[in-house]
Amino acid sequence: MNNKKAVLSNENIALYLRSYALMGIFLLMCIAFAVASPTFLTMSNIIGVFRQISTNGILAIGMTLVIITGGIDLSIGPLAAIAGVVSAMILEKNPDLFIPAVLSGIVAAAIMSMWTGFLVAKMRIAPFIASLSTMSIAKGIALLIADGVPHTISNESYIKLGNGYLWDPNKTGGLSIPTPVLVIFIVAIVIGIILYKTKYGRHIYAVGGNENAAIASGINAARVKFCTYVLNGLLCGIAGIVLAGRITSGQPTAATGYEMDAITAVIVGGTSMTGGVGKIGGTIIGALIIGVLNNGLILMGVSSYYQQIIKGIIIAVAVLLDMKTKKN
Amino acid sequence: MQEELLRMEGICKTFPGVKALDEAAITVKRGEIHALMGENGAGKSTLMKVLNGLLEPDKGQIWFDGEEIHVENPAAALKKGIAMIYQELNPVRDMTVAENIFLGREFTRGKSFIVDKKKGEEEAKVLLEKFQLDVKPGAKMRGLSIAKMQMIEIVKAVSSGAKLIVMDEPTSSLTDDEIRVLFGKIMELKKEQVSVVYISHRMEEIFEIADTVTVMRDGKFIDTKRIDEIDKNALIHMMVGRELSNIFPKVSIEIKEPLLEVKNLNSRRFSDITFHVRRGEILGFYGLVGAGRSEIFKSIFGMDPYDSGEIVVEGKTVHIKNPHQAIEAGIAMVTEDRKEYGLVLCRSIRENIALPNLDHFKKKLFLDGRKEEKECKSIAEKISVKMSSMSQLAGNLSGGNQQKVVLSKWLMQEPKILVLDEPTRGIDVGAKAEIHSLMCEFAKQGMAIVMISSELPEVMGMSDRIMVMGEGKIKGEFRYGEYSQDEILACALSGKEYVNNEQ
Repeated sequence: MNNKKAVLSNENIALYLRSYALMGIFLLMCIAFAVASPTFLTMSNIIGVFRQISTNGILAIGMTLVIITGGIDLSIGPLAAIAGVVSAMILEKNPDLFIPAVLSGIVAAAIMSMWTGFLVAKMRIAPFIASLSTMSIAKGIALLIADGVPHTISNESYIKLGNGYLWDPNKTGGLSIPTPVLVIFIVAIVIGIILYKTKYGRHIYAVGGNENAAIASGINAARVKFCTYVLNGLLCGIAGIVLAGRITSGQPTAATGYEMDAITAVIVGGTSMTGGVGKIGGTIIGALIIGVLNNGLILMGVSSYYQQIIKGIIIAVAVLLDMKTKKN
Repeated sequence: MQEELLRMEGICKTFPGVKALDEAAITVKRGEIHALMGENGAGKSTLMKVLNGLLEPDKGQIWFDGEEIHVENPAAALKKGIAMIYQELNPVRDMTVAENIFLGREFTRGKSFIVDKKKGEEEAKVLLEKFQLDVKPGAKMRGLSIAKMQMIEIVKAVSSGAKLIVMDEPTSSLTDDEIRVLFGKIMELKKEQVSVVYISHRMEEIFEIADTVTVMRDGKFIDTKRIDEIDKNALIHMMVGRELSNIFPKVSIEIKEPLLEVKNLNSRRFSDITFHVRRGEILGFYGLVGAGRSEIFKSIFGMDPYDSGEIVVEGKTVHIKNPHQAIEAGIAMVTEDRKEYGLVLCRSIRENIALPNLDHFKKKLFLDGRKEEKECKSIAEKISVKMSSMSQLAGNLSGGNQQKVVLSKWLMQEPKILVLDEPTRGIDVGAKAEIHSLMCEFAKQGMAIVMISSELPEVMGMSDRIMVMGEGKIKGEFRYGEYSQDEILACALSGKEYVNNEQ
């Protein structure tokens, strides 16, 4: 009874309308593209879209956490690249070390992100600048250890991470789940549980919503921020591995510019840039909207220049929508 | 007889829940130094903000220099000849003295848009020399002392042709020597027939410099007197002389052992603070704004550091470096600024109440959402927070209800010591009374309560004992019923030490 009542309160209605509005935009886009292009709704295209957004989706989930704390992380591209390079180079030395290679890659990215965490949490440098520093350092390190060249990956399991399926789609008439989609699904659920069901998750919201009040409530805000940047680094590592698997090589310049796509997905998904408000589900839909937009426009033969312009307009519309519903 | 320069009449201004100005009035003559006095929240600054165009009055009329005026904004006020020097100065620190003096009315080369820097500096130099200020026009504001910046503000006001300058607590951050210089300048202004409205809490200053004094109380005009017709005691009586109706739900509770003892606490902001508060007791901390009351408790609660001294909770010395340790020790603090330190406005009531209590709802790694909802709701209902649901955002509540949410979150901690800093500021009368009843209820349950308040009736009506503070020191201590309003305000205003009349 009580729960029903709670759900129907004004703010909740606004909140639901909001997330439905987002869903609505997404569905309308899908319908429009389905009408415009017969290939849009084919199984292989749908699977392709999901596969397309997987790297950006994982990065955007991490970015959501950082933005909820009131921060931002510009270094995610190079962090992902480091993970790919480190794991590729380990496999180059010994092609059988699949699991150690993957883990080392992820850990390397997480260690790099400690620099951002340290600068933001301990030295109180603005996140934009702190992560700019990490971005440049990580870029340099990736190029340094890779000696500036891509390192090809031949390990079967690794390649499957980027290109494989849960089961063979040929046996089920093209219907299957690509491995990267499984990865983003697991990441979303785990991070969702951390964010909504743990003390640490609550602290993330509180620190981003009002750092002073959080500290006055006994929360170690610096620790919360540090942990969030490192957790984000971990997710960058995972995204980097998936990406390296997809392009079958560890490239020091992989994922360049991905931070803007991730931020776009987070904003379109309704997370507030000022911190304290945001949901993982929203970010996933945000990433899907971007993914479908790119895919649909390509199918319709629209030049990629227009795609950029439309993406820019979508960001503005999403934020305006956000402000409107918040005023309500 | 001097001619009248300013007359404000029947000024009313209501903020949500508070009537800040109620038929306020003031009349200032040309070339007069006019002190405006009253307790905290009497409406002095509000009245001056109306004059300056920062606030739009609901009602009332203003005549200035012979005509009725409507002031839309500070720029319009300045144009008419009304300048205001704020309590907190905000010059553009990275610009030069000359640029600041002529900010918004820069000299240009002919009719072009190009700023004539040289002309500005020359003009500034003339002004600075006239005021005998040893400052270079090209110096950056950042490098100047507060006193010098204030002087620059005065120069700026005068050079823009101000006929009336409002100074809000101009001496609060000046040294004695600097005050001498300021007073010299004010006397010069007077010679040039410029009027000054001077807001200050410092009695000695008022009697030294002012010609006339207007007293305000609870947003109302009380009286205007020539300074030679009045003495200090009469002035204090005018400031507090309200009828004390006993609207406070104070009940007598057995007061037991001390829960919090503070011994010789020192920091940059306060010195040698010693007091204690007992189980079942409500200890009031009264003082004028800037007396250092909040600062003491911010240090005790671990939000600011302290230099030396001892904090003892239930007989045990505690070392508190952050709020987390204070909470562990059993201290809870409802801060003065609930929007800044009390609540996460963009999150729900439930999350706000649960915030310091999450360990209580933890089941292994995860939070037990059902238990959280149930217990937060029960406590919010117990102190009757008016809300549509527990998921309503804290930012959408009224001031009184926000304060109750802050109270709820600390009550769940079952603290031993509850510190309330200005618990009823900006809250409507009904919610005020509820919060007062709750305070008595908590005391009865065995908490030790500290209430910091600038409202004298509230302090007197609710406290078992009152500590009076001024200039970072404890000036005196009074027991319930053993004092008059005049005595307490006199103690807060003066440097006189009162006898500690408790064993």
